[in-house]
Amino acid sequence: MSNKVKKYMQQRPTARAAFLLSLPLLWLLLIYIGSLLALFITSIWKIDTFTSKIIRQFTLQNFIDIFSDRAYFNVTVRTLFVAICVTIICAVIAIPMAFFIARVAKPKSRPVLIALLITPLWASYLVKIYAWRTMFYPEKGFITWLISPLGGQSPGFGIFAVIVGLTYLWLPYMILPIYAGMEKLPTSLLDASADLGAKSGKTFFNIILPITWPAIIAGSIFTFSLSMGDYITVQILGGTFQMLGNVVYQNFSLNLPFAAAVALIPVIIMLVYLSGIRKSGALDNL
Amino acid sequence: MRLSLSARITLWTVMGFGLSFIYVPLILVVINSFNTNTSFAWPPTGFTTSWWSKAAVNEGVRDAITRSAVVALFATLIALVLGSLAAAAISRYKFFGQEVISLLFVLPIALPGIVTGIALNNVFTNFLGELTIFTIIIGHATFCIVVVFNNVSARYRRLGANLEEASMDLGANRFTTYRLITFPLLRSALLAGGLLAFALSFDEIIVTTFTAGAGQTTLPIWIFQNLFRPNQAPIVNVVAAALILVSIIPIYLSQRLTQEKVS
Repeated sequence: MSNKVKKYMQQRPTARAAFLLSLPLLWLLLIYIGSLLALFITSIWKIDTFTSKIIRQFTLQNFIDIFSDRAYFNVTVRTLFVAICVTIICAVIAIPMAFFIARVAKPKSRPVLIALLITPLWASYLVKIYAWRTMFYPEKGFITWLISPLGGQSPGFGIFAVIVGLTYLWLPYMILPIYAGMEKLPTSLLDASADLGAKSGKTFFNIILPITWPAIIAGSIFTFSLSMGDYITVQILGGTFQMLGNVVYQNFSLNLPFAAAVALIPVIIMLVYLSGIRKSGALDNL
Repeated sequence: MRLSLSARITLWTVMGFGLSFIYVPLILVVINSFNTNTSFAWPPTGFTTSWWSKAAVNEGVRDAITRSAVVALFATLIALVLGSLAAAAISRYKFFGQEVISLLFVLPIALPGIVTGIALNNVFTNFLGELTIFTIIIGHATFCIVVVFNNVSARYRRLGANLEEASMDLGANRFTTYRLITFPLLRSALLAGGLLAFALSFDEIIVTTFTAGAGQTTLPIWIFQNLFRPNQAPIVNVVAAALILVSIIPIYLSQRLTQEKVS
């Protein structure tokens, strides 16, 4: 660097920030954002129905097709339903577990418990879904073996198996931010609440939940977004059940403009969700 | 802290239920890798180690593991450089549009993988002509940057700027300060972020499906391709079990890192 540039950088913090930011931002804008924009431009084009080649001609037909066919509305609602269920179940399991580790377990056993919880985060995605496939297998799976003495049977592959599988996959993504949030919870507040006569439940809803809320929302970004876009779990555990990701995947090679239009649905839902939670401080808890 | 008896019982129950929910399926996979029955009917019909020895010499598996490791290594390296640069800029400076830019850096993990996948595929096939191992690395690096960025930003927030300011007040320039003060303080965050980025890349399947060239089979793609082939099922199961056992290594390492942080 020449001395002139050096001096300029010394005096201008903004120039230094721009220098640091230039490479990563360039990568992000050029490769990621650029590709996304290109994809969504594709959604207003169409294809030659015989050759599957893209014709660069403005049309809203893809969106008209999506809005006029109830099947796409239904698949969007189903996808949202699964994503919301997975997020809520993850939170319901993660909150007490994170609280237990951060506040009830002995400080010595905390690292071990945390290690136990993040193990599935490191285990392979496919391995986990594969594990649930052997669990849910209709006639001879583990679940059937477990509950057949009680007269039950595995529900088999379908929406229920998909929700369980996705919950299992994304649970660590929910536990970790919540645990980090719980660790920061001041003990004095909990003690004060108890001293003033509040029962455990009341302390939970009035103290713990509001303070850890940004962490819970941070976790929900992962559980929600990852569930919205998944199609492989749905293929392995879903049976005939389908989600938005599957629709995108099926149209991808034959009709990219239409796949791009369908892909806009989860993106818009996610952007609405992200802008809704921007003020909650959740993004600092990721 | 004080908790009522019922609250205590509830918490212990949830903890027990949660941990068994996490571990029963994984343990099942490991047990099944010794199952003589190829269709994995439960309970197992007999004990065998032949699937393990068959998997150990399987060319496809070896090839896929090597490719996944190479991809994850390069994606992690790119992510470490770009992610820590971005974290330094956003955590240590104030500038116009900061909030929007930090939101932008989270997007690659906040938006569904299939969207990233088809968007990259569309651009790569149109501009680069064909997909190769490099396109996988570029695709993976894009979401790995976020992981490193998040880890390092969190560390910057916790550290505050006092030590760096003290160093500069004592006459050290920016590079010396970074080398002697900032970097040592960031090191464990960089390692943790790098480890997580490596694991995510090694395991990624959705973006990989759309950015991998013909014949560029990574390990997850190999598993997915063979998942529904009955005669390959025992090998897939062994690979799955091995991956579970191997995943203990990064956990052990990250544990060591957190202990380093405490001391």
